[in-house]
Amino acid sequence: MGPIGEDELFFLMQGLKWTVLLAIVGFIGGGIFGILIALLRTSKKKVTRTITAGYIGIFQGTPLLMQLFVVYYGVALLGVEVNAWIAVAIAFTLHASAFLGEIWRGSIEAVPKGQTEAANALGLHYGSRMKDVILPQALKISLPATIGFLVQLIKGTSLAALVGFIELTRVGQIISNQTYRPLLVFGIVGAIYFIICWPLSHVGSGLEKRMAKAAR
Amino acid sequence: MLNSAKDHPPLISLEDVQKWYGAFHALKSISLSVRKGEKIVLCGPSGSGKSTLIRCINALETIEEGTIVVEGQVLDGSTKSIDAIRREVGMVFQSFNLFPHMTVLQNCTLAPMRVRGASRTDAERLARKYLERVRILDQAEKYPAQLSGGQQQRVAIARALCMEPKVMLFDEPTSALDPEMVKEVLDTMIGLARDGMTMICVTHEMGFARQVADRVIFMASGEIIEEAEPEVFFKSPKHERTKTFLGEILAHH
Repeated sequence: MGPIGEDELFFLMQGLKWTVLLAIVGFIGGGIFGILIALLRTSKKKVTRTITAGYIGIFQGTPLLMQLFVVYYGVALLGVEVNAWIAVAIAFTLHASAFLGEIWRGSIEAVPKGQTEAANALGLHYGSRMKDVILPQALKISLPATIGFLVQLIKGTSLAALVGFIELTRVGQIISNQTYRPLLVFGIVGAIYFIICWPLSHVGSGLEKRMAKAAR
Repeated sequence: MLNSAKDHPPLISLEDVQKWYGAFHALKSISLSVRKGEKIVLCGPSGSGKSTLIRCINALETIEEGTIVVEGQVLDGSTKSIDAIRREVGMVFQSFNLFPHMTVLQNCTLAPMRVRGASRTDAERLARKYLERVRILDQAEKYPAQLSGGQQQRVAIARALCMEPKVMLFDEPTSALDPEMVKEVLDTMIGLARDGMTMICVTHEMGFARQVADRVIFMASGEIIEEAEPEVFFKSPKHERTKTFLGEILAHH
């Protein structure tokens, strides 16, 4: 059995960096496309509602790992040479856009109908109605669920290890193989995930309680 | 007065308007014309179609048949006609519908800036003017949730006025208010009426109707049953349903 020293910890931190980066890219990319999905999902046109419902259905109905594989090998099949990082980032963006789109669809619909009516009566067009009136309120409503999903996404990045992306879990695996101390190494890896995710969950449920109180 | 009424076409005219919700016939052949400066009170039992009627005027509801003309603009369902009409028509809702994430001032400046392209300075000047008029300027920096219901409704009136509409529609503006706050809102509306605003009010406030209405219209089951000057309407209603309704309403007041 080898020792867990400074080098190993440094290596873990490198892995953590990629985990965090992947989560951030997935969350931002997913956020941008997610808004689009949510708007299309709540549009007046039935076609766009149906298409986006299908998109959301596919990503919610299949395992994230499967999605990673499909994008990873699918992109290669298209003849485009991309590294693991790009492929994984695309997969997480698609995945996050479906889930965030659905969360925000629900939040948009949860904004009282009177808000849309008041905006309409004032003559505000769709763009301003959404940007100024509906989305700020929907975002607030969605915050607990959005943070909950972010936590899922951070933990989900560990699956990227299976397509060879070297992030926190993959680094743990490598160190474990070198040192023969799987329990200790994965204990540390788990603790790192926990230190990031638990405060986020805590903030999310705190917001939820505060909003429940405000709604009474 | 009579001459000028003849010279000018009505500000609002509805002709043979029909509306269905599925199989439910919500508005049955409604014809109504409103002259500039006229104050109309619409009353009737709940479900009689009075709210639906005024919501059709600014295209919050669509109609199946008939024509609606506001200030010469025919409402034909096109974005252009809807925009043109909503620019002339302000609306106040039963549940205020203020934007909760904006201050009172921001509530009032949003539409002038976004719809009419006013600068922030101009929009704020306008907002302060109308907030002053509904006597709530001192609350301009507060959020709606920090105000009482009566104050919120007065802000909603100011918000609509900031678009400088030619007509104001009121959809049961005092129904959601605690009794002690009804008066401040009614007083604001009376002030508006005195200043010559054209108004269509759905309300059960018969005192208000007596005081400011030029005409009181009674609706039931989607039809206009009776319309008359308030004096005549309250003293000698013609129809049985009007008498029953008035009996019930006045018994509670």
